[in-house]
Amino acid sequence: MLARWFHRRGWSDLVIGLPYVWLLIFFLIPFLIVAAMSFATRTPTAPPFGFGGENPAINLTGYSRLFTDALYLRAFVTSLANAAVAMVLCLALGYPMALGLTRVERGWRNILLMLVILPFWTSFLLRVYAWMGLMGSNSWFNHLLTQAWNWLVPQAWALRSLPLMHSNFAVVLVMVYTYLPFMILPLYANLERLDETLDEAAMDLGSRPFAVFRDITLPQSLPGIIAGGMLVFIPAAGELVIPTLVGDASSPMIGRVISDEFASARDWPMASSVAVALLILMVGPMMIYSHFEARAQSRESGT
Amino acid sequence: MSESLVRIEGVSKSFGTFQAVRDVSLEVAKGEIFSLLGGSGCGKTTLLRMLAGFETPTAGRIFIDGADMAAVPPWDRPVHMMFQSYALFPHMSVERNVGYGLKHEAMSSAARQARVREMLDLVQLTEFATRKPHQISGGQRQRVALARALARQPKLLLLDEPLAALDKKLREHTQFELMSIQERTGVTFIVVTHDQEEAMTLSDRIAVMDKGQVKQVGRPDAVYEFPNSRFVANFLGSINTWEAKVMSIADVVTVDVPQLGQRLQARPTSGVQVGQALSLALRPEKITISRTPLQGANVIAGEVKDLAYFGKDSLYRIALPSGALISVHAVNAHRGGDAERLADWYDKVWLDFAPASAILLTE
Amino acid sequence: MRRNSAFLIAVLGFGFAFFYVPILSMIVYSFNASRLATVWGGFSTKWYGALMSNGQVAEALKLSLEIALISSTCATIMGTMAGITLARFTKFRGRTLFSGLVTAPLIMPDVITGISLLIFFILMAQYVGWPAQRGFTTVTLAHITFSMVYVTTIVQSRMLSADRAIEEAAMDLGARPWQVMRDVTLPVISPAILSGWLLAFTISMDDVVITTFTTGPGTTTLPILIWSKVKLGVTPDINALATLIVLTVGICVIGAGVAMNRAEIRRERDRRMAYRANE
Repeated sequence: MLARWFHRRGWSDLVIGLPYVWLLIFFLIPFLIVAAMSFATRTPTAPPFGFGGENPAINLTGYSRLFTDALYLRAFVTSLANAAVAMVLCLALGYPMALGLTRVERGWRNILLMLVILPFWTSFLLRVYAWMGLMGSNSWFNHLLTQAWNWLVPQAWALRSLPLMHSNFAVVLVMVYTYLPFMILPLYANLERLDETLDEAAMDLGSRPFAVFRDITLPQSLPGIIAGGMLVFIPAAGELVIPTLVGDASSPMIGRVISDEFASARDWPMASSVAVALLILMVGPMMIYSHFEARAQSRESGT
Repeated sequence: MSESLVRIEGVSKSFGTFQAVRDVSLEVAKGEIFSLLGGSGCGKTTLLRMLAGFETPTAGRIFIDGADMAAVPPWDRPVHMMFQSYALFPHMSVERNVGYGLKHEAMSSAARQARVREMLDLVQLTEFATRKPHQISGGQRQRVALARALARQPKLLLLDEPLAALDKKLREHTQFELMSIQERTGVTFIVVTHDQEEAMTLSDRIAVMDKGQVKQVGRPDAVYEFPNSRFVANFLGSINTWEAKVMSIADVVTVDVPQLGQRLQARPTSGVQVGQALSLALRPEKITISRTPLQGANVIAGEVKDLAYFGKDSLYRIALPSGALISVHAVNAHRGGDAERLADWYDKVWLDFAPASAILLTE
Repeated sequence: MRRNSAFLIAVLGFGFAFFYVPILSMIVYSFNASRLATVWGGFSTKWYGALMSNGQVAEALKLSLEIALISSTCATIMGTMAGITLARFTKFRGRTLFSGLVTAPLIMPDVITGISLLIFFILMAQYVGWPAQRGFTTVTLAHITFSMVYVTTIVQSRMLSADRAIEEAAMDLGARPWQVMRDVTLPVISPAILSGWLLAFTISMDDVVITTFTTGPGTTTLPILIWSKVKLGVTPDINALATLIVLTVGICVIGAGVAMNRAEIRRERDRRMAYRANE
């Protein structure tokens, strides 16, 4: 009986059903609970929230506080700004690196690519930690930078050490460090596929190397730029580890705010509201990304 | 020969230990269609890329219109190329592709537009101006590539396998179109091709290349009818070749051909001596075939072993008593049934050819 | 024609220095004799000794490995199923929702995933009575959930690029759909499944944020242990631990990379020989 059922259609029901049910239970339902929680009222009970009864059925306090309480607005602005700056810096450093990689001869290229991917496999936490060591006020790196700074600026501005740690600068720097491979790899994949004879054709028609880059390489690498940008921006905007370790505690990023509201303030409804708002903010860039992705795919299948 | 435009002097190119081009010297006249013909890896594309400036010669010099090209980068050469893949910019419309080279010319945007329109007119693509390359057919792409390369009025146009990507019917049509455009614009063409028919129809002159060297340069008929080596004879069209030994030289040269088991006569060729071992080559279409005995200088008797009917003509493979096979190509000039056929399977036949048709090859 | 500008080479050099100077500096300072982590006080391996005698670290490593092994294996099984579903079953009810469920965890910030799972587990404990306590089980369930979608992405893209004709050939030769899956499809995509498993394993070994939310008292994975120490600042024993981890992972990855490179070279050579034999 069971064997017949399995052979006929059971196996495909199983293949579809198991992951489906799993994701429904452990991803969708928990998320729907958070979404519902964002409309709940905070109570001093355990668990600390309530629906109905003496509480309003739908409480929008969480969402209204997002716009009235400067803490949340600042957190959103800080998050988006840090993520955007990190994305732009990753692009500025990652694009020439990816382009350089496509020009390196084959044997070397595989080694260098592996060196790009290698940090990705090692612990994320430890990569952040490595920078904590460098940025500390006693480190050789900070001394070096301080000397450079004191040499460049007038005497009055001279410092004993640069306050690198616990700043947005530190957050952005470490974000660039940890997310740079996510920018380089899609860009490299994109640039490597480009037809080199197009560059030759442009040169043949009178373009110098920089014009070839501007007219031919850059426009064609737009999908790679967008893919890399999203891969950096989206996780960076919701980042928790980096701002906790090297960030400025007085102007927290949004991930930190969600975590603090939840754990320290025990305000589950507020934490949920902030979380939902963050997700809504991320849907925008995601849609731009999938739009370009779809267009790139239709172009590829068109030719 | 009229005034020369391109002069290649002793050019060689090696990649590592591989010698792609060996000591090539050529001259191409203004307004000529000149073909570089050869199999893959013969160095013809490398030579073309050196003319465009994408490769630097290891030795030798290239002059275009009298100017040494050694230090001139690709973007400053008065040379444009039509790439084998066409290399159209996928993110630009047909119009912008054609106008791309003009961006670097000091000209008003109105003049530029006029020039683009003129070019699109020339290749009959005006109505496709705003399309992207992936929205037009292969033949149209080929014409965009041509218009783009001609837009800046180059002195020399390089065409890398211009017809290879087109299907057979379109290829014949495009050949004539290319020739007519060349005639109208007066631009010198250098065409790289592996297709001997294409080279012969298009070109004023052909250079046959092998292993990086130029084997023979000449007009299509000269190269076909008077090849100077076994390689050229075999590369252009099909040919019968046999080992032979010169027996006597008088009004005609008499050679002994052991493979055929008989002696044959050929027209005297300079540099041939009595006793010399050489090759006798004979084009299949130069042979007469008959079911009745023939009278002539070089009559050979045999039997039809194979027969391929192509419509307008047929190819016969004649087996000789010695076991040798001779290919014969004959036009099917008459319409009719079996009775009208020149010969049929297993027929006994007689072959003959004029001494002037035989080619004596010492190389 | 390869154009190689000095600018690109300079940026590549800078980029790789940027990647590796912090790590190298950390490795060097792990041999620092001084208690002050960032001031050099002579060479010493004493922090490695201290690390070895620290039972906490070994305990946390063992726990992390257990969780990673179980969760990555489960995630690979379910993630592969989901990948096959998305690549081959084009029509079934709820497909749109399913493909959304598979992509959403990839972009969901860890904080939100962590908090929603925590709330879910707390409410379950309150109303269903399970899980009575958060710890090994809840962390493993969470890890399975967020790592399976990575496996799905890898398997799905491999299946979409695979030649469907071989599956059709198997069907043509009389195999039923599930037999085609077992005999043809799974062997073909097995390298993708393996790399999916490796990725799931690494992600599980590496996760901090979701684990902090879903773990309970007494369940301290290695990243959680490091996290709790790192929050207090840079210390030489963390330098030593970090060095060991980075070197272990580095050697494994480089070894795997070299092996893959060799295999590729061998395949290329076989192909060429076969080609030559045909000529």
